[in-house]
This record gives sequence, structure tokens and C-alpha cells, in this order.
Amino acid sequence: MSGSAIAMMIFAMLVLWGGSAYCISIAMKNKGI
Amino acid sequence: MAREQWGSRVGFILAAVGSAVGLGNIWGFPYRAFSNGGGAFFIPYLFALLTAGIPIMILELAMGQKNQGAAPLTFAKLNRKWEWLGWMQTFISFVIAVYYVAIIGWAIAYSYFSFSQAWGEDTKGFLFGNYLGVTSSQFELGGLQLGVLVPLIIAWIVIYAALRGGVKKGIEFANKIFMPLLALFLVIIAIRGVTLPGASQGLNFLFKPDFSRIFDFNVWTAAYGQIFFSLSICFAIMITYSSYLPKKTDIVNNGFMVSLLNCSFSLLAGFAVFGVLGFMAQSQGVGVQDVAAGGVGLAFVVFPKAISMMPFAPGFFGFLFFTCLVFAGLSSAISINEAVLSGFMDKFSVSRKRAVNVYCVIAFVVSLLFATGAGLLILDVVDHFIMQIAIVFAGLIEVIMVAWFFNLDSIKDHINPMSEFKVGAWWDFMLKIVTPLVLGYMGVNQLISDLTTNYGEYTTSAIVVFGWLVVLGTLVLGLTMQFIGWKDEKLLSPNVLNSQS
Repeated sequence: MSGSAIAMMIFAMLVLWGGSAYCISIAMKNKGI
Repeated sequence: MAREQWGSRVGFILAAVGSAVGLGNIWGFPYRAFSNGGGAFFIPYLFALLTAGIPIMILELAMGQKNQGAAPLTFAKLNRKWEWLGWMQTFISFVIAVYYVAIIGWAIAYSYFSFSQAWGEDTKGFLFGNYLGVTSSQFELGGLQLGVLVPLIIAWIVIYAALRGGVKKGIEFANKIFMPLLALFLVIIAIRGVTLPGASQGLNFLFKPDFSRIFDFNVWTAAYGQIFFSLSICFAIMITYSSYLPKKTDIVNNGFMVSLLNCSFSLLAGFAVFGVLGFMAQSQGVGVQDVAAGGVGLAFVVFPKAISMMPFAPGFFGFLFFTCLVFAGLSSAISINEAVLSGFMDKFSVSRKRAVNVYCVIAFVVSLLFATGAGLLILDVVDHFIMQIAIVFAGLIEVIMVAWFFNLDSIKDHINPMSEFKVGAWWDFMLKIVTPLVLGYMGVNQLISDLTTNYGEYTTSAIVVFGWLVVLGTLVLGLTMQFIGWKDEKLLSPNVLNSQS
């Protein structure tokens, strides 16, 4: 894989998977899930 | 008796994500990303998610939760003159429900075929000839195909059981099984996919950014389309599901979670699909672009071929892939049918048991059309017109009506006090300006295209009967339902909670 492909892959993973994990953690911390 | 409610917040999240994650996440997103700039596609895709997907998701969750009713009741409570829009969206869901179940049936059959790789060498010939028995036109039905009929019945039994069980014991329970299994199976396929020889070549095609495409307007339209069609918004589902939420619920974070998790599943599917496609391309000594496909072609023609080439346990991985399609399809199908069912339960104050019995018989009989030899041809036209015309215009009218002619501040005042993240001016701007502009552009563009050329080069009579008349039918039936009275008029009072027995 090229460097730019790896960079975009990490970017997408961070935003989508990281974003989901962040929202879930906030929900668990504040109001329960 | 009080309106049914979800058993837990996680139950609602799983059901809503299950609704949003459908066949399109697995067979649509990866190919759309690949053919619209690869890695660069993620920039308009994420932009579309933040400017249209999440704002509409939050709006629909808020509308349903605040008004405690399915789409027709919710719109009627906002304004009695808008009830027809809720019904139009409900009938759109009905049309999708009756053909979507046929595709789930194909996936069930292919899960079984995987063990023997019954499709042989010619996967295309097997699908269209041996399995579907596709006829020469939409008007030549060719009789019921037993191989489609049997799994179709199995799919309907599962949907019936989930609907009959109710919100908590049926729909929530089903999604608590389907969604973890779907995630697990997709992870297994993704791990297998990226460890196959040639996988990095496939992933390179998916993620390598072609930044020159960022300036291509069509790429942005594709990104907005992918977000819009993938989130189960604007056809009654999210309004219905959120109507089963309790009075105090964090709407905004729920909207973020459902939207982000839906896109996370798409990304995971991208790893699985392009890992396998890279392996397939290397095995055949061709480029990834020569084997890449989307939609039915990817799932039922290209993937079976790739499965047969796998060096280890091809039957097992084939079974996992098609079971993923079955789980993703069933969780979505349950929500689509529930959106229809709930609308009628509100309007006529009928019990769930009775409504499910009557509804499932009617929907099953109509869905038989898609188990005939002409099923695929009819499905192709109906799906195109319902998705590209009916939903886009129903969504456009919804955001214009609610954002411009309804006080958005009252919704914000309702959801902000009980939400972890607050919505403010950005939300108003997206709903009032960005979303109508994008949907309007997409809708008008598609309308012109479909009025000037026959979709799929089908005959004009097929386009009129299964395309335009179906779209018109959802509108006419929606308008008609507005003139039928509510059995319990008290439901329309702003502060009266809906009751269902």
C-alpha cells in the first residue's frame, strides 16, 4: 500500500471508529447505556 | 395502555444501527468509495455525514421521540395538513419491504450454496439462469422460482416473529442477536480478507486518494447519496423507532452514535470486500479495477467467484459473508416493516397482534412478485425509482417543511436539556440551507435524467408501470390516507401520549 493510502485509511478509522468509541464512552460515563 | 418502549438504551442503539446498516453498507459503500476518488472520497463522505446525515438523524429522532408516534402521527401532530407526508414515507417503506425481503432470500440461499459452491465456474450464468430464472421482460413473470420462494418464506417467518414479539421482546431481542453476530462475522471476514495474498493491492485501490476528484461535483453528489440512503432517514423508520424512546432520552448523542456506527460498519465492510477483491485480482493476474463491482453483481457474481478461489475453508467464509448479508438485511427489513405497521396501529388503534397478522399476509403476498422469474427485473426498476426519486423528494419536502415552516427552536428546547451534546445554530443552518440544496440538486438532476432516458434501457412501459406509477402510488395513497379519520382523535393532541394495546 502507498503512504497516502495508509494515511487515508488511518484517517477514516480514526474519525469513524474513534468517533463512535468517543460517543459511546460519553454515553456510558454520563447517562449510562 | 402506554406506548411500547425499548427495554434499554443499548437496545434502541442496536436496533437503530441494525436498521441503518443494510445491504448497501456491504455491497454499496466500498465500490462507491473506490469509484469516486478512493481515499479522497472519505473527505466529502465525512463532510456529508456532518452536514446532512447527522442533522437529519437528530431531527427525525427528536420528532418521533417528542410526538410519540410513527411518521403519520408525528407529521399530523406537527401540522394536520402534513399527515400525508408521513403516509407517503410509510408507503415508500412498504414498497421497499416487499422487494428487500427477496434479496434477503437470495442471501439465505447463497449461505447454503456456499458449502458446496453450487454456483460453479460461471457465477453470473448461475445467478441469472439457474437460480433466478430471469425472464426477458418485467411482464413475463415466468412462474415462482422455488429456490427463491423457500428462503423468502424463511425470511418472512423471522420478520413476523420479531414484529409479533413487539418492540422489546421481538425487535430489540432480534437485534441483540443479529448485530453482535454481524459485527463478529464482518471482523472475521475482514481479518481473513486483509491477510490473503494480494489484499494490500485491493486496499490500496480503496484508500489511495485521488485528490483531483475532490473538485468533481459528482463525487460530492455520490457522497451525499451514500450518506442519505444509508442511514434509514426520510422514510419513516427513525421517526418510528425513536417514538418508542422514553420521555427523557439523550437524542443528540443517540443520533451521533447511530450515524457513526453505521459508517463504521461500512468501513469495516470496505476492508473485507477490497481485501478479497485484491486477492481475486492477483489470482487472476488482472487489475483490481477489472474485478471490482457493486450491488447485486458484487455480492452474487464476483464474491462467489472469489470464495471459490480461497485457499482455505472457502465454504466457511462464503457462509459467513452471506450470513452477514442475511443479518444486515433482516435487521433492516424488521425496521422497514415496523415503520409501516406502527403507522397503521396509530391510525386505527388496532392491537399489534392483529395488525401484524393482517399486515404480514398482505406484504408476503405482494412480495411473491419478486420470487418470480421477472423478480430481479421488476426489483431493479422499483428500487431505482423509490430510492432515487421518491425518498429524495419525500426527504426534501420533510426538511423544507420542518426546518422552514416549523419552529426548530421548540425541538432544540426539547432535546438540548437532556442531551450530552447540544445542537445550536449549525444544526439550523444545515437543515435550512445545506440539506435542502443538496437534496434538491440530487432530486432535480435525477428527475431530469429519468425523464429523458429510460433507466437501465428497459422498455417505456416497464419504466412507467414499475417506476413512475409506483412513485405516484405512494403519493396518492399518502394523500388519500389524510382524508381518513383517526379512530382515536385524542392522539393528535400535542401533549397526549399515544396508546397501543
